[in-house]
Amino acid sequence: MQATNQSTVMTQTEFLKTVMPFKDKLFRMAKRLLVSTEEAEDATQEVLMKLWAGKRNMGRYNNVEAFAMTMTKNFCLDRLKSKQSGNLKLVHSNYADSQSSLQRQLEAEDSVAWIERIMQELPEQQRMILQLRDVEAYEYEEIEAMLDMKPTAVRVALSRARKAVRDKLVEKHRYGIG
Amino acid sequence: MESDRIERLLEKYFEATTTAAEEQELRMYFAGNGVAPHLRAYTPMFSYFTQAKTERFTRQVPLKPRRTKVIQWISVAAVAVLMLGLFLGNQYREQREAEYAYQQTRKALGLIAQNLDRGTVKVARLSEFEEAKQKIYKN
Repeated sequence: MQATNQSTVMTQTEFLKTVMPFKDKLFRMAKRLLVSTEEAEDATQEVLMKLWAGKRNMGRYNNVEAFAMTMTKNFCLDRLKSKQSGNLKLVHSNYADSQSSLQRQLEAEDSVAWIERIMQELPEQQRMILQLRDVEAYEYEEIEAMLDMKPTAVRVALSRARKAVRDKLVEKHRYGIG
Repeated sequence: MESDRIERLLEKYFEATTTAAEEQELRMYFAGNGVAPHLRAYTPMFSYFTQAKTERFTRQVPLKPRRTKVIQWISVAAVAVLMLGLFLGNQYREQREAEYAYQQTRKALGLIAQNLDRGTVKVARLSEFEEAKQKIYKN
């Protein structure tokens, strides 16, 4: 009994080897949704610890990476929801509004940081799809599985997200010239 | 020439009909130096995607390897302690019961002994009577 248990349970090294190739992807997804680096690190840690606790079932999932990505997505969306129900969001937006216009200009100087800000303004679903496709370069089938979406819905949301970023960019470019 | 192809790819890109390879081609093009002036507005978008992919998760996750095993052993120990407690408690109760029974028996035996003593006194008197009778018979 004891011996068979030992052989089926994953060791810590095996677990880390499984998780290593995609832990950064989970973190980047978490950061895209939660914005704060620390919160994204907390979320990633939480997901990895949950995976580790349920490692007995890991053999059952045919794609651990997609499963972990779905876990991350759900965890972060839950976080955002509970944050919205509290008054944390109000405090946060107050803070953002009080930022000096100079600081905002400085941020805009760095156009890559500017895209990050545009991303933050997108609806969560579009943000996630843009992250999964344009940053992580996942295949459409994988994105459909991770987000539990129909193929056409993914394409439509991706197209909208890309166009939204482009429109903001063009706007900015015009201001830059004029 | 090349910018024509890039323009076509961009059009497909915004309709979300490009393949993964074509998107890689776009990222490569905008990462290079030869971006056509009228396409430069798109550069930050693609360089953002490239840059965003370099972020790393560096925190060490505390994986507790024997967490489940420890809990298993704690439950085993708890059951053992409980059993031992029940066993000892039972033993104590049995001892108390035995002691009580012993005291009761002693008391009962004591009573019997007392009554027996009273009996022997009477029997002693009886033997005196017998002695007297013997004396009479002999004479």
